[in-house]
Amino acid sequence: MAKITFITKDQETIVAEADSGSVMELAVAHNVKGIDADCGGVCSCATCHVHVAADYMDKLEAAGEIEKDMLEFADNASDFSRLSCQMKITEAMDGMVLNVAN
Amino acid sequence: MSESISSESICLIIGASHAGVNAAFALRKEGWTGSIQLYDADPLLPYHRPPLSKAYLSGGDEIEKHLLKSAQSYEKEQIDLHLGAKVSAIDPKEKKITLANGRSQVYDKLVMATGARAFIPPIPGIEKTTHLFTMRTAEDSIQIRKALDQHEQKRVLIIGGGYIGLETAASLRKLGAEVTVLEREERLLARVTAPELSQFFQALHQSNEVQILTGKNVVAAKTTPSHTEIICADGSRYIADIIVVGVGIRVNTELAAEADLVIENGIRVDSAARTSDQDIYAIGDCTLHYNPHYKRFIRLECVQNAVDQAKIAAAAICGKEATYDSIPWFWSDQYDVKLQITGLSTGYQEALVRKEEGEAVRFSIWYFREDELLAVDAINHARAYMLGMKFLKTGQKIDKTKLLDPKVELKPANILQQ
Ligand SMILES: Cc1cc2nc3c(=O)[nH]c(=O)nc-3n(C[C@H](O)[C@H](O)[C@H](O)COP(=O)(O)OP(=O)(O)OC[C@H]3O[C@@H](n4cnc5c(N)ncnc54)[C@H](O)[C@@H]3O)c2cc1C
Ligand code: FES
Repeated sequence: MAKITFITKDQETIVAEADSGSVMELAVAHNVKGIDADCGGVCSCATCHVHVAADYMDKLEAAGEIEKDMLEFADNASDFSRLSCQMKITEAMDGMVLNVAN
Repeated sequence: MSESISSESICLIIGASHAGVNAAFALRKEGWTGSIQLYDADPLLPYHRPPLSKAYLSGGDEIEKHLLKSAQSYEKEQIDLHLGAKVSAIDPKEKKITLANGRSQVYDKLVMATGARAFIPPIPGIEKTTHLFTMRTAEDSIQIRKALDQHEQKRVLIIGGGYIGLETAASLRKLGAEVTVLEREERLLARVTAPELSQFFQALHQSNEVQILTGKNVVAAKTTPSHTEIICADGSRYIADIIVVGVGIRVNTELAAEADLVIENGIRVDSAARTSDQDIYAIGDCTLHYNPHYKRFIRLECVQNAVDQAKIAAAAICGKEATYDSIPWFWSDQYDVKLQITGLSTGYQEALVRKEEGEAVRFSIWYFREDELLAVDAINHARAYMLGMKFLKTGQKIDKTKLLDPKVELKPANILQQ
């Protein structure tokens, strides 16, 4: 089980738990604002963009080529950017804090 | 604000798919405090449509994996969702709608998000076949899977080599079907892409053992209890257990027409998504709208347009200034290939193909009218797609020689005109 905290642009904090699926699916299930996931999770829209707390960056599986390219030119991109639809929930994410990028 | 929103005001939305659902949530975000009522004839919780021909068809997931919003999100935002509820009439004078079950409901603001339905061409004999399917709703996708399970031979004929037909072909191939695609034009995707991309997809499907036949105009269908025979104008005949028709859509404009809204190849709306009736807005696949980048009226069938127009309409309904001026974008996933498109290539004079070095299949097609970039099609190449979108937004001019040189890295500083 991984407990993940989402902080939205208007500073709403939502804590949610899951042991499978993607981080985007978890966010959508909990109505996290700013995770629109317009493409439904296929790495085509960048509307599921989050900033990962620094201490969790190396606990995540590296981003694939398409995700990296989508992020390079996305709005509000930083070194801590990820597309949450490409983040498969693992135990290692327990306690992770994510700031919604848009 | 031009009008005050009272907590008694009712915004009623017909159609709870990409456009309607996004409009409902955007209304709350923009400060609509009145009631929001969403109606859809489909009985399922609103879902993403693109996976219907892709992961949902091939993966056998539950539809719950593809919901637009969770059930609790509607409750949390106080959006009243009426599913399995078909709207049968609008009375713009009385400002009310009537449902198929006879009930009626008044509104202050109405949003038409009625989208489109699959079109079945009037081919003689086609109405009699029991093996015929379309691809528009979750139920369509479920029925195709069921039919496939029932047939040992799994011979599938897809009429129409557009995106939906090709995605369906790829997904059914994954499920072990024997797939043939019949396309009327001389090449696949003829009306939407350059010949290079048509050739690429033809080869991709052929290498996955899907038979692609172009120049095939279907003129008749003959059905027996076990299968259907399809006959083409050139006399060729094909036998199939399952036929999927993917030849396009018809816009759902009947309600709007009866309400006397202006319709031209879609419900005509202004830049704030308002129809010819002050209190009625229209969004998504059902609209004909002006695109300021391309300086013409267009009708689009894509998620981007549904979502972006929904946000504009919501802002306008809440009395804010809002103008629709998005750059369209679209994607298609077939096998392990991702196509991403930004812009509209219609009317292009030149299609430049940039191939990247290396073994992986990765290229992009840049469509120009003289110096003006119109669109980019990117194959496994999100960088080209994102850059293309950026250049379309800013209108920056591209150095075509550098663009075509794979040794020049694809970066704004490298390929923009100095
Ligand atoms: C198989 C498939 C694959 C696709 N793939 C992609 C893709 O990869 N990328 C992309 O960008 N786009 C894709 N699209 C297109 C995209 O799904 C549409 O552009 C999008 O669904 C449009 O949303 P909409 O809300 O405007 O209309 P629709 O999705 O058509 O929804 C309209 C809704 O209105 C309801 N309705 C209509 N009339 C009434 C009535 N009288 N009463 C009650 N309810 C009514 C319908 O039941 C329906 O749910 C795909 C479409 C299909 C079918
Ligand atoms: S949901 Fe579209 S990129 Fe993640």
